[in-house]
Amino acid sequence: MGREYAMRKGEAMRHSKHTSMGRYGRALLTGALGVALGATTLAACSSSPKATTTTTANVPGVTATSISIGATVPLTGPAAPGYDEIAPAMDAVFSWVNAHGGVDGRKINYTYLDDGYNPANTATLTRKLVLQDNVFADIGSLGTPTQAAVQGFLNSQKVPQLFIESGCNCWSDPRYPYSSGWQPPYTVEGKILGSYIKANFAGKKVGYLYQGDEFGNDFVKGLDMEIPSASVVSRQSYDAATLAGPLSNQIAALKAAGAQVVAMATIPAATALAMLPAAAIGYFPQYVISNVGADTPTVGPLLSSFTQKGGGSAAQAKAATGLLNGVITDAYFTPEADVSNPWVQVEKKLLQDYAPSLYAKSGLDGNTQYGIALAYTFVQALQAAGKNLTRAGLLAAIAAHGKDFVTPGFVPLSYSSSVHFGFQGSEVIKLSSTAAPAVTPTGSWIGSTPVTPVEVTDIGSAPVTKYTGPTSTPPTNLVSTS
Amino acid sequence: MPTSPRPALGRAQWILRLRLPTQPLVRHVVLALGGAAILYLITSSLSPYNDFEVGEIALYVIALAGLSLLTGVNGQISLGHGAFMAVGAYAAALLMTHTHLNFLVELLASIGAAGLLGLVIGIPATRLKGPYLAGMTLLLALALPPIADKWSTTFGGDQGLTTTVPTAPGTINPEEWLAWIQIIGALIVLVLLANLLRSRFGRSFRAVRDDEIAASLSGIHVARTKVIAFVISAACAGLAGAFLGLSTGVVNTGEFPLTLSIQLLAAMVLGGTGTLMGMWWGAVLLVYLPQWSTSLSGDFNLGSGASAYLATIIFGVVLIVVMIAAPTGIQGGLRWGWGRLSALGPRPRFGPPSVPERPGEALHLSRTAEK
Repeated sequence: MGREYAMRKGEAMRHSKHTSMGRYGRALLTGALGVALGATTLAACSSSPKATTTTTANVPGVTATSISIGATVPLTGPAAPGYDEIAPAMDAVFSWVNAHGGVDGRKINYTYLDDGYNPANTATLTRKLVLQDNVFADIGSLGTPTQAAVQGFLNSQKVPQLFIESGCNCWSDPRYPYSSGWQPPYTVEGKILGSYIKANFAGKKVGYLYQGDEFGNDFVKGLDMEIPSASVVSRQSYDAATLAGPLSNQIAALKAAGAQVVAMATIPAATALAMLPAAAIGYFPQYVISNVGADTPTVGPLLSSFTQKGGGSAAQAKAATGLLNGVITDAYFTPEADVSNPWVQVEKKLLQDYAPSLYAKSGLDGNTQYGIALAYTFVQALQAAGKNLTRAGLLAAIAAHGKDFVTPGFVPLSYSSSVHFGFQGSEVIKLSSTAAPAVTPTGSWIGSTPVTPVEVTDIGSAPVTKYTGPTSTPPTNLVSTS
Repeated sequence: MPTSPRPALGRAQWILRLRLPTQPLVRHVVLALGGAAILYLITSSLSPYNDFEVGEIALYVIALAGLSLLTGVNGQISLGHGAFMAVGAYAAALLMTHTHLNFLVELLASIGAAGLLGLVIGIPATRLKGPYLAGMTLLLALALPPIADKWSTTFGGDQGLTTTVPTAPGTINPEEWLAWIQIIGALIVLVLLANLLRSRFGRSFRAVRDDEIAASLSGIHVARTKVIAFVISAACAGLAGAFLGLSTGVVNTGEFPLTLSIQLLAAMVLGGTGTLMGMWWGAVLLVYLPQWSTSLSGDFNLGSGASAYLATIIFGVVLIVVMIAAPTGIQGGLRWGWGRLSALGPRPRFGPPSVPERPGEALHLSRTAEK
């Protein structure tokens, strides 16, 4: 019986297999043909495979009348708010340059694509920019994980990966000569703020709160070079990817350890999520926060909105921004609140004239200022490279003349053939409710006063020293006469 | 063997006469070779960037095929396949960083590592069903990346671990060479899976999906079958992860967000749950849909705020349209369409289910179907 059943079962199997085989086989075949058809159509749709754009002297992305450059930045996702203003602000500078005839008769075409801060997207989009759109260089792309993902590819293709929007120590690496950073490395910031803590809070107990990634680790490395390890009583970290609620545990640990000074390498949201629970348990240490985490036009509104989400009244929400009063941080270019500064004036005019919708939305804040200054650095690099523009020539021009470029930075750029960092200095400032406030479309925010002279150092063993050189003034022609 | 008189076919119907070998392994290998030939023609005529994209399609096909087997054939859901991809990617990248093993050994290690995690997850998963299983696998996708961030000296932190593709032979450009590594991987995986699905294992998978009690009564070890399906599916994701690491150039946690796991599931449903060939459609959509939506928003001059979310919106719209038009996914819709098309022409002998000649066999068929 069992045997018979087994046999019949086998027959049935064979039978059903046979009848369905043809359909199955043809479906597979259709699939294969369909893929073939689909892929060829796609190839036809995508812009001229294997075709090279017309170039002078065969430099990709460069013609007699144009230069194509590209970037990948987060326009969506968790990193987008605030950072999505930088590339449009850069584009405003290029519009201004193009309206004035371009550089050496070449107009700058800037293509920035949204990678959503996902390195896999960055890898694909960067290949699209280089292999398909034939860009001359990758300028002002944002993020450590994202740009680390394409550092190898861009260098193997000998495509300049310049002025990366990240303070990672990894951009000045002899293995990757085509890469370079722009903003101060986080370790430099850590050293400058650490040296301030050592000098001004001697004998006090210090606690750390940092993001558990390259940003936090590099910053803490700088702090540790300056602050005696005996005075560090607690080291707390948080994970950026899962940052969703108040950092109550970390704050409780810092309070329990008796930390009187809390040095923080935090993003704006984490700054707010640390200060609020601390205030709630009556813990008010002296905060010393990295430049990124103390951007008042971003942190102020976050303090208010988190207070309201937590059930606080409108009055409490307004009062919460007062927590920023007295915070120590650092700045590497003139704060936008300093309206008498010539850089701030031309930057504002430039945004009003060439990116009116961006100006209406964000105004001149830390991010738009950053984009303008970075783009203007690139324009000067092009000018220094001259008419016979090549990729290698651009790098050589930056190494040779980068120190002379004018920027709103407090210190000159430090480019050389071996150093691929931009600014390596900053000024320690104290946020203060009595100083002139920063004015943004969302309201006015707390101002700041400098508490140290501008200081310089490097990511290595160089001491933190006072910068005595000049600061640059903006070129008179940076703003159109329209 | 049913033998019906073969009608004279018109010129256009020659394709209907195509026969494939009946032995599954031979048939699948023949199909894979045919696919390889077509893909070779495609890649050699495309630009390096398009080759890179074809390679990406191939790597997603591997992950989707594993997911299709798990969900479509075995009835288990996974919202955590991005995590298995991450494990495979890190395993390969760690070996590439610290050892100089053969490239194939590194790939096998990524398959093994992800398979092992599949085993660890698969065993408790046998006790969970539907939303509970979805929740558990979702947790995996959420919980795994922070581990890599925690031990950043081992896993490279934000910068991640650098991967190396073996040097391309001769004058082949690196993108085409990488695409071929990924295509060959995808074709081998598809042949193995197609064979598996035609074997006793495949039948057990389906039996467990349809009715666990009946399967158990038929002598199938239900828990073991489910664990095996989970391990195979995770192993596929592991290989896909290693290939994604090769495409990206580094492996870091940012590459494996929660959305990756969810997009994989959506692409699998779009392609045709339970099919293998359908996964090519799913993978094509996964790679190209974001780009199409970007160019579309460019055409309509949408602001960056609107265009940024267009890809997600279009993905959703496509999912809804496909589910209404072809509930069995794109592959299911095509099969149906092909069936209608061939029904129009003279009936080939292998087209519609043929009437069994022996009455006993027919009787038996209907009896087994009753259960």
